[in-house]
Amino acid sequence: MAAGAAPLPETAAVHWRPRADAQRLRRRGALWTLTTVAHIVPFVAAGIVLVVVQPLAIAVSLASFAHAWIIPGLYAARGADVVRPRARAGAAAEVAALGLLGDLVGHEARALHARTGLVLERGRLGVWLVGEAGALLVCGRRVHCFCVRVNDPNLPGGDRIAHLLLALRADEEGFATVANLSFSGARWRVRRRLAPAMRPALHAAAALDRV
Amino acid sequence: MSRLVRMDRTGHTTLAEWTAADPDAVEAAAEAFRAQLDRGYFGMVSTGERHAEMVRELPVDADLVILRLPISGG
Repeated sequence: MAAGAAPLPETAAVHWRPRADAQRLRRRGALWTLTTVAHIVPFVAAGIVLVVVQPLAIAVSLASFAHAWIIPGLYAARGADVVRPRARAGAAAEVAALGLLGDLVGHEARALHARTGLVLERGRLGVWLVGEAGALLVCGRRVHCFCVRVNDPNLPGGDRIAHLLLALRADEEGFATVANLSFSGARWRVRRRLAPAMRPALHAAAALDRV
Repeated sequence: MSRLVRMDRTGHTTLAEWTAADPDAVEAAAEAFRAQLDRGYFGMVSTGERHAEMVRELPVDADLVILRLPISGG
């Protein structure tokens, strides 16, 4: 948010939340990592103990290891799901909305959106990928997945993205405060759960984050 | 020519057009802007690359004023 600019008015609806900033995001990311470890460790430990105590229980042991692998994957899938495209409006509305969205972003972001459905936007907190009902924030090897949307399901996809993009540009920290954090974790986990067409956008965001 | 557009289910609708030299058009645009604020829309203007600002009065000098709906966590 520029000096003197007003905070996003939507933050008033979540007044109990502390305003997001880089440090708070790092802390929440670390908490997600701890939660993931807390899910994995008991299953891995149980799998090892079982196979040591009773080698014939190898099937149960393998099932335990599978749980340790699958559970974080399910969380990552929930995170990647925030940028899944929503139902289409009429073709004319979609074209009109894309025209307006195109006016808001540069040539490269427009081309990336045409290929992946996501708009790339560099912010102070990291590099954002804005979708129709959520946004991914790439910070180094970590991705924060935010579920956030405009409250009109009949809007065309381009307009939904434009709503989020304008709010993000007006007050980035406010945007991250209003949005619900669905997942925070390793980029590779999110990448595996993204639709293949969207993966180049994540790659582009990671490349821009390194610059 | 400046434009006031509202993002809606048609893609977007142009609600008013004006030039700063035409006071009647400015007044009509300002009235349309206030009416949309009363309906719950927020006025947004781009203030440079990757920056936008919320406005509560029609900025007469802006090329494009966009009306958006509130967002919320999903």
